[in-house]
Amino acid sequence: MITLHRINKIYPTRHGPRQVLKDVSLTIGRGEKVGIVGANGAGKSTLIRLVGGVERPTSGYIERGMTVSWPLAFTGGFQGSLTGLDNLRFICRVYGADVERAVPVVEDFAELGAYLREPVKNYSTGMRARLAFALSMAIEFDCYLIDETLSVGDERFKKKAAIELFEKRADRAMLMVSHMPHHIRKLCNTFCVLDEGRIERFDRADDAYQRYTATH
Amino acid sequence: MATECSLRCSLAIQLRVVGALVLREVLTRFGRNNIGFLWLFVEPMIFTLVFAAVWYWMRDKGMHGLDLPILPFAITGYSSVLLWRNAANRCAKAIQPNLALLYHRNVTVLDLFIARLILEIAGATASLVVLLGVTVMLGQAAPPADLLTMAGGWFLLVWFAISLGLVIGPLAERSDSFDRIWHMIQYPLFPISGALFLVDWLPTKVQQIVLWVPMTNGVEMLRAGYYGSLIDAHYDAGYLATVNLVLLWVGLLLVEGNKRGVATE
Repeated sequence: MITLHRINKIYPTRHGPRQVLKDVSLTIGRGEKVGIVGANGAGKSTLIRLVGGVERPTSGYIERGMTVSWPLAFTGGFQGSLTGLDNLRFICRVYGADVERAVPVVEDFAELGAYLREPVKNYSTGMRARLAFALSMAIEFDCYLIDETLSVGDERFKKKAAIELFEKRADRAMLMVSHMPHHIRKLCNTFCVLDEGRIERFDRADDAYQRYTATH
Repeated sequence: MATECSLRCSLAIQLRVVGALVLREVLTRFGRNNIGFLWLFVEPMIFTLVFAAVWYWMRDKGMHGLDLPILPFAITGYSSVLLWRNAANRCAKAIQPNLALLYHRNVTVLDLFIARLILEIAGATASLVVLLGVTVMLGQAAPPADLLTMAGGWFLLVWFAISLGLVIGPLAERSDSFDRIWHMIQYPLFPISGALFLVDWLPTKVQQIVLWVPMTNGVEMLRAGYYGSLIDAHYDAGYLATVNLVLLWVGLLLVEGNKRGVATE
């Protein structure tokens, strides 16, 4: 279980402090799929980053009773001068995962062929995205954080990625944020609306959808 | 992979992450071709040779009558500068290019600094040991008189480099102007940091001022260890240790502050 206790996040800006999240409390149970919709700038990505531990809340705290992935934004932060394989090795070392086991997974999934052993700076955008997604599949987590829905590569790869994430890992928890409610409706079983930093939770997608459209 | 964990498993994670970062830095900086790391020695070697040449030329012209084995002098001096200068400069640029790595919760700003510090310390130490070792083996210099004092001096300098890096790194990250100012002050710091002179050569009044510069005390101690009774060394190890402790404390506070402030793209 992951529990957020009264999270506030304030960013300093040129016009003074800006509160992005206000008193957000949330629990994500094992295997639960929580979808959060909100307009651009509602604080969705900030929430994902806080749950992922990329940033810290200004106040409040987060309990992580299961392993949590990094935010899968599918763009990836690679060292361009290193090869795809080097980047994979780095990720495995950081998470204490077995490199030998991860290599075939990434080879198979990213479909980069010999390019896996080329510097990432020689990759096309699609290749980068495929590598990034493959890396996040090489390490197993209890809970995956997904910032916006899959928007990687061509239709075929999107389908493949969806199978990998939503079918093969159907038993995992997920926290997914999107500004497109129909994605969330399909994939989640708990729904939240984030509006101006406040969160509201709904058990039915329709209720969440109504609440979301009422303000937009 | 543990989620919330004890001090021991946190330490294990930190070691793992720092190890991964060091390997990654080695690859990006030196590449796969194995001569890459030789650059570590080229810079101090050139400095040592130029310094020795100037020294002998000045003595021939009668500008000084000092009879000091000069190669070890140049090597100890420049390795020390290399140590604190590179540690600070590499820390100053540690965060920006590695921002994406902070997406991984286990990777912290402190880890980025530690990884770079380890590499710089290893590099400067290697250049000191190898260059001095080769010089001694070639019969161009005597072996160190007192290895323990040398090691003590080097240890204090390493500690200083770590503390300085942890102060400069977060500050340079917060403000570009600080980064520029630091670059400006490190040039005058080089000649007064004890690399180019023995404190004993200076007038007493100047000595007192120069010994306020922390690294001068470390270089002087390093040389006291190497030359033994050949020189009159002036240094205060306690003063350097105190400065180190204060800098380290300030540095860790700054790093902790950065942790909250760093916004990833």
